[in-house]
Amino acid sequence: MALLTGIQPGALTFHFHKVSDWAWVTSHIGYFWQLSRTHLYLAFVAVAIGLVLALPLGCLAARVPRIYPPILAVTTMLYSLPSLAVIAFLASSVTGLSDTTVILPLATYGLAVLVRSVTEGLNNVPNEVSIAATAMGYRSMRRLVTIELPAAVPVIIAGLRVATVSSISLVTVGSLIGIGGLGQLFIAGENTDFPTEIIAGLVIVAMWALIFDGLFLLSGRILAPWARRAR
Amino acid sequence: MIRFERVTKRYADGTLAVDDLSFECADGEITVLVGTSGCGKTTSLRMINRLVDPTSGTILVGGEDVTKSDPAVLRRNMGYVIQHGGLFPHRTVIDNIATVPRLLGASRAKARARAYDLLALVGLSESMAKRYPYQLSGGQQQRVGVARALAADPPVLLMDEPFSAVDPVVRGELQHELQRLQAQLHKTIVFVTHDIDEAVKLGDKIAVMQVGGHLVQFDTPERILARPENDFVESFVGTDRGIRWLSFFAAKGLELRIPATIETTTSADEARRIARDASTDWLLALDAERHPLGWLEVAALNGGASIDLAGLRSLGHTFRPDDDSLRAALDATVLSPAGVAVAVDDQGSVVGVADHDEVTRAIRAASGRA
Repeated sequence: MALLTGIQPGALTFHFHKVSDWAWVTSHIGYFWQLSRTHLYLAFVAVAIGLVLALPLGCLAARVPRIYPPILAVTTMLYSLPSLAVIAFLASSVTGLSDTTVILPLATYGLAVLVRSVTEGLNNVPNEVSIAATAMGYRSMRRLVTIELPAAVPVIIAGLRVATVSSISLVTVGSLIGIGGLGQLFIAGENTDFPTEIIAGLVIVAMWALIFDGLFLLSGRILAPWARRAR
Repeated sequence: MIRFERVTKRYADGTLAVDDLSFECADGEITVLVGTSGCGKTTSLRMINRLVDPTSGTILVGGEDVTKSDPAVLRRNMGYVIQHGGLFPHRTVIDNIATVPRLLGASRAKARARAYDLLALVGLSESMAKRYPYQLSGGQQQRVGVARALAADPPVLLMDEPFSAVDPVVRGELQHELQRLQAQLHKTIVFVTHDIDEAVKLGDKIAVMQVGGHLVQFDTPERILARPENDFVESFVGTDRGIRWLSFFAAKGLELRIPATIETTTSADEARRIARDASTDWLLALDAERHPLGWLEVAALNGGASIDLAGLRSLGHTFRPDDDSLRAALDATVLSPAGVAVAVDDQGSVVGVADHDEVTRAIRAASGRA
């Protein structure tokens, strides 16, 4: 596989054949942190791009129900493309071995999840709330921004949680083309037959996913304290 | 004043929602649009604040054609209350109420100060201010809805079945509250309901509408009940419209008589003598303040000693001649075991009684005048 040539096993210094090597783990905390930063950067840029695209698309789909099915069809189709294939294709032809190659497919996945959340969130805003807002004298843009989107925040945040967790998990695929992140621990561990490194990578990825899932849950509670028992 | 001039609304699919509607809502009055579902009453209401625009015809508010105005500006000058309140779930009670003042450019502090006044006006305590709508009961949500509609002190208030989603007891309270507010504020209110009782209770004028958006009768509640325009209105107001109609006649016209009474200390022998002298089978028992306790059936008396007060029959209810209607008096005679309605004053002391015959006479007299 030509793609695997980008791997840099130089970071590995020990080659133990034990399943877990605690000393190795503790001595590499700084390295894990460095990988995590790259990893989270890639994951969040992807989710942020997904959200920025999903907001207008989702609002449009909620306003013009006719275009929701086609938007859903296209984003779902993109979502169903295997990430490995997409990254391999982009790396070999379009964007090369750059961050963009990883961010682009992940942003697309985020978009697919989030466009659904934004549209469903807006569609779930009770009809009488929208009618009341209009009847109070809101113009449509102000109504969307100050009434409908805030009322859709719980559903949008639920979507953000899913998008973030899957994005954090999927960034690892980027390691196959040598783009940073915790996935490099899997590749290196595999190449050097060192399971500790693979397990450490898995645990750290899962940890970040859980932490950010929790943070979003918390931010939802803070941003929408009214949603705790609503509906 | 709100005026409908030959207003028709036909939807794109050809359905006729409102058909050639013309009527006037007088300033400071409550005009009720009533009818079965699909009669176009809500569509008519929504054409006033341009949530719906008419296909033809004109709606004038204060002499101005509404379709010539900017809808957002028009709406900020009209209160709007809907079923389930339509409160904004993400805003606290106080910020919900402050909505329109904020839209009109008031500062947050000013709008909130105004909102606190309205909270009190609709009978909610300040402790509700920071709650979210989901933390309120249905009745409280509707009160907030009314407060929000009144916040910018609009001359016009549009109410679309505002009380139909709450239970009958709360609905009664809210209706009473609206009457109290209206006596104070004198808004021009257009009120949509499918409940003829609500229409009769609240309306100064009632517009009865029929499926297809026809206005069948536009009249005062008294006249709608007394002289329904056609079979539709007659069946819509129900078989007991005669009884309801009586609520428009004061019980004042009744000629009360003084009943034969006993006190708690009266002996059974004495009670028999009082009943014989008055040639009646029923005696009204009073306490020391002349509050009625119940009816004593003479035939049920045992022995000659004291009377068993626990054996008194319930009054049903009393009525107050100064405030109540003939409907209340008639109801009191129906419920009374003696067939006699007991009239009391504001202190609850008996001022007299009226039997079936007297109530019937008063009804004849009143309906003859109507």
